[in-house]
Amino acid sequence: MQSLYKKPKTLIDTPTHFCPGCGHGIVLRLIAEIIDAWNIRGRTIGLAPVGCAVLAYNYLDIDMCEAAHGRPPAVATGIKRVHPDHMVFAYQGDGDLAAIGTAEIIHAANRGENITFIFVNNAVYGMTNGQMAPTTLLGQKTITTPSGREPLNYGHPIRICELLAVLDGSSYLERVSISSPENIRKTKKALEKGFKTQREKKGFSLIEILSPCPIYWRMDANESMRYIDEEMTRTFPLGVVKDWEHKN
Amino acid sequence: MKQLLTGNEAAAEAAIQAGCRYYYGYPITPQNELINYMAIRMPQVGGTFIQAESEIAAINMVYGSAAAGGRAMTSSSSPGISLKQEAISYLAGSELPCVIVNIQRGGPGLGDISASQADYFQAVKGGGHGDYHLIVLAPSSVQEMADLVYDAFDLADKHRNPVMILGDAQIGQLMEPMEFSKKPREVFPLKDWALTGAEGRKRNVIKSFYPIKGQLEEFNAHLQKKYRTIREHEVRYEAINIHGADIVLVAYGTSARICKEVVKKSHQSEFKVGLIRPITLWPFPEQVIKTMSERVQCILTVEMSAGQMVEDVRLAVEGKCPVHFYGRTGGGVPTSLEIMRKIAEVVPSNLIDKVNRILPLVEVK
Ligand SMILES: Cc1ncc(C[n+]2csc(CCOP(=O)(O)OP(=O)(O)O)c2C)c(N)n1
Ligand code: SF4
Ligand SMILES: [Mg+2]
Repeated sequence: MQSLYKKPKTLIDTPTHFCPGCGHGIVLRLIAEIIDAWNIRGRTIGLAPVGCAVLAYNYLDIDMCEAAHGRPPAVATGIKRVHPDHMVFAYQGDGDLAAIGTAEIIHAANRGENITFIFVNNAVYGMTNGQMAPTTLLGQKTITTPSGREPLNYGHPIRICELLAVLDGSSYLERVSISSPENIRKTKKALEKGFKTQREKKGFSLIEILSPCPIYWRMDANESMRYIDEEMTRTFPLGVVKDWEHKN
Repeated sequence: MKQLLTGNEAAAEAAIQAGCRYYYGYPITPQNELINYMAIRMPQVGGTFIQAESEIAAINMVYGSAAAGGRAMTSSSSPGISLKQEAISYLAGSELPCVIVNIQRGGPGLGDISASQADYFQAVKGGGHGDYHLIVLAPSSVQEMADLVYDAFDLADKHRNPVMILGDAQIGQLMEPMEFSKKPREVFPLKDWALTGAEGRKRNVIKSFYPIKGQLEEFNAHLQKKYRTIREHEVRYEAINIHGADIVLVAYGTSARICKEVVKKSHQSEFKVGLIRPITLWPFPEQVIKTMSERVQCILTVEMSAGQMVEDVRLAVEGKCPVHFYGRTGGGVPTSLEIMRKIAEVVPSNLIDKVNRILPLVEVK
């Protein structure tokens, strides 16, 4: 019998704590697949965020580190300086990376840290009950924007890829989504490109992944995927924002 | 070979000698000589120097390098140390060895840039959240700054615990002849827990999160056990003339230097002043203070604060003798005359005559 689909070796065989329909599990699995395919389990160090993916180290069978909320870029910098030839990646949510940790990500990019950032944008704070994130869409209802986010009081959604693109230190920035099998394949390609950027010592790479949080979007899994395609991508257009291989 | 260095430079070079190859800092007076020195010196030894975007980033970079098995250090002064507290708690909670230098200045708030000892509570009582302790070392000379920074890296590795050097603007900026008497460290303890890539072994995870009921309490019990071991084995202090003393001063760092002057002056009279100078502020030398308090008439704690370490002195003494306090705040430094006058004020009446006879000795100077 031909096996078409199996668990990556790097993915630990354990139930996850994610809600049904959550995007985090898909992204973690893609990371595990790449680590397997590239055979780099022994030379990879990952950083888990404070957010719904806080327990990422329970799912990935590699050396992993916790960081305080928002600080993965600084902690990853410290790790990478000790092991410059290892693959170092940080997994961060939108609250982690684009609110409390904005300074750290901007300066890691500005220093051109040769690290790969995996930025899971689900437009809410999942971990703390679905409050507004810096990436929450205009009009989007969250617990702390009960009548929908309006810019006067709550500001505008932050486009991190575009923000980092203006820094000379950033090398590869792409926004992808996991709303369909096709998009998941593209996400995997983007992650591979991020790892390649690092392996070839080309500097800072960040892959922003639009990812569903059905629980705090108050939608079912299918509606969530449609929401990404029809609503989220209007504020967060998919595509390569910056690429060292194709300088425009 | 003796050389003339500031305390800040001595701290930086001692870290290099101890094998520290990862330094992350952010400018703040009065510790700038330290970061400036590291900027030049780290590249010379193939180490990493980063001027971070903030103290928060700097201490989190230390967290990363420590987790990856390197000897890492950051330095700052009071307001910057406040910013580092969250990560310091994480370092303690993840049991990561590293060295943090606080060259204290006056507070609260932006305060001023002159010497102060007002961060004692923050350093020894936690500072960040949770039940944890730093090992806190308090140098009182440039030489001792170098010696303690060197030892700090070994202590940190030995106990898998962050160590703080609690200096102040005087110790940091003062120039004194000193020498690096210890051999540069080349061999380091094995860190089989560190993040090095899981090649051929089970993965390592560095974390302080224990969400499963009961696990965190178990982990805290482990920490407390470690702290007990540190309390038993790592206490350091200097005791001068405490036997037969009429009064014993307790002071650390810059305050202790001034108290030593008072002790010296009292030699020339029949009124005897002793001194206990804690070198480890945590673990605190409570035993020697307790024993001494059973023989002495009273104790005077001298600090450049409104009275912080004095609380630990009182806890150690447990009411066995009166514990008095003399402090200056906001950049004020006690003088030996002020200390003598305070002594005259607090000694029991049977000693007043003796004290009055030595007061002029201090006043002439
Ligand atoms: C200093 C600090 N502030 C606040 C929190 C509480 N907190 C935990 S996760 C989180 C937000 C997480 O949101 P996000 O980064 O978007 O991740 P998600 O859960 O959505 O994946 C917050 C505010 C914390 N742990 N530490
Ligand atoms: S709250 Fe949202 S992001 Fe968090 S696990 Fe549930 S679905 Fe995923
Ligand atoms: Mg989020």
